[in-house]
Amino acid sequence: MLPERMINLLILGLLLAVPLVALAMDEPFIITLATKAAVLAVAGVGLNLALGQGGLVSFGHAAYFGVGGYAMGILASHAQSYTPLMEAPFLIEGTKSMLVIWLVAIVASALVALLVGALSLRTSGVYFIMVTLAFGQMLYYFAISWPAYGGEDGLSIYVRNGFPGLNTLDPIQFFGLCFAVLLIVLFVVNLLNKSPFGLALNGAHQNEERARTVGINVYRLRLTAFVISGAITGLAGALFADLNRFVSPTMFSWQTSGEIMVFIILGGVARLCGPVAGAAVYILLEHVLGGLSEYWHIYLGAILLFVVLFAKGGLVGGLSRREVHHAG
Amino acid sequence: MPGEVILDVRDLHKSFGALKASDGISLDLRAGEIHALIGPNGAGKSTLIKQIAGGLKPDRGAVHFMGRDVSALSVAQRAHAGLGRTFQISALAMEYTVMENAVLGAIGQSGRTFGFFRPAMKDRALLDSAAAALERVGLTDHASAITSELSHGQRRQLEVAVALTLAPKAFLMDEPMAGMGAEGSRELTGFLQDLKHQAPILLVEHDMDAVFALADRISVLVYGKIIATGSVDEIRSNADVKTAYLGEEDAA
Repeated sequence: MLPERMINLLILGLLLAVPLVALAMDEPFIITLATKAAVLAVAGVGLNLALGQGGLVSFGHAAYFGVGGYAMGILASHAQSYTPLMEAPFLIEGTKSMLVIWLVAIVASALVALLVGALSLRTSGVYFIMVTLAFGQMLYYFAISWPAYGGEDGLSIYVRNGFPGLNTLDPIQFFGLCFAVLLIVLFVVNLLNKSPFGLALNGAHQNEERARTVGINVYRLRLTAFVISGAITGLAGALFADLNRFVSPTMFSWQTSGEIMVFIILGGVARLCGPVAGAAVYILLEHVLGGLSEYWHIYLGAILLFVVLFAKGGLVGGLSRREVHHAG
Repeated sequence: MPGEVILDVRDLHKSFGALKASDGISLDLRAGEIHALIGPNGAGKSTLIKQIAGGLKPDRGAVHFMGRDVSALSVAQRAHAGLGRTFQISALAMEYTVMENAVLGAIGQSGRTFGFFRPAMKDRALLDSAAAALERVGLTDHASAITSELSHGQRRQLEVAVALTLAPKAFLMDEPMAGMGAEGSRELTGFLQDLKHQAPILLVEHDMDAVFALADRISVLVYGKIIATGSVDEIRSNADVKTAYLGEEDAA
């Protein structure tokens, strides 16, 4: 049993070591897998803020993941075809700059989260889960039926977008970039968790009545958390699209929402690095079990069941000794 | 000794279907007093407390607090206005430490819920306010204990401490003695006796010994109506009260 901080360092150290070893062994595919894990971890860390700290079981975080992905797809597709997004009333050009794309992805997904959160947070429990799911599915069908950006087929981007000073097509450099984003997101979320905002958010999760009684506006508190959570997941969506150089409506599907939730449950609800461990293990299982059988999800299901029944704090909770604040 | 009116409940009505839980209730709470609200089970005490705290909208009537109509305010807004509340069944963040619960109160009071980047548990102002409240109720030694591990009596004390962090102008206390041993009950009685000088207390309590020892005034609620308000002696000798309430209690 180790302190959680040690476990976190171990998880991040492993995630960093794997692609470095792969680089030495000239295995670019492994580097890509590690990149995928890092990007999905960002999505999981985003959802964990709402789900783990806030107790807001959003089953529609694919919406923000997809909005982030399409922000990248739309901007980059216009840039590669040299057609402006919009000419009147003012000209908006596409772009191949990751920084601009990230900013657009964050703002767009935050706005969608604001809208979805403002409505869904008026409900709670199962209704909240269903309303968030419904919004995710609405966006999914919208993306399918939007021919301008590929409809069901999605959008392909031929060349990965650029980042100043980096060759993003080099797998290890792109991994480094995604890993750095993950570290920054973890740093910010850790600050949030410990701030008065985080203490109030988790306090309202543990006892809503208590939070109200000390004068906390719980609705506004949760809406803020929901928007930040959606924005982080949106950023992950933009990175994921860049990793694949492809966006499709699948990013919006409820299965995607479910996968992001699985990272958290596997790794540890409300644990800072839970989603990182969860995403890494998920990718590992997908790779190893997926090689054995097309129906690898059966084994994933069995493992999830085991974690839920016997290791309630997930991987991180099972390995660390500190009790974390979250109600089951 | 009647002081200035702090809390003024005016003609509250609340029905659930055919049941009149509040049937024209008026009462007030004055500076420096403990005003006890007693009544048999199902008399509508909890419904009344909820309406005063803001968790339940009355069908008719108004609540005035510190000279202003707070009828339209939410629970959180009334808390900000200075209404400190403790619950019948402890409403605390059970996985937080005692200190964290008190800091939660301090955060609500400071209005700094949207402080994002400075750690709450390193913030001097929040910690000082929380520590002072814990000290008042005698929980300083348990500050780092997890709340779910506290005894029942200690949880009640923590409820009061969290309410204290709000620097309230009035307290609403729903059965603070419930489930406490004789010893704890006596201690709390002494504490409330002292606390009322800081802010008056509207006390819902089943423990009659405590009520008679503590209260400056007592109101008796039966079937949604206040049938008598007066001093301890007046209530003890009131015939209506005897038949409606005390008689039943004695027989039970």
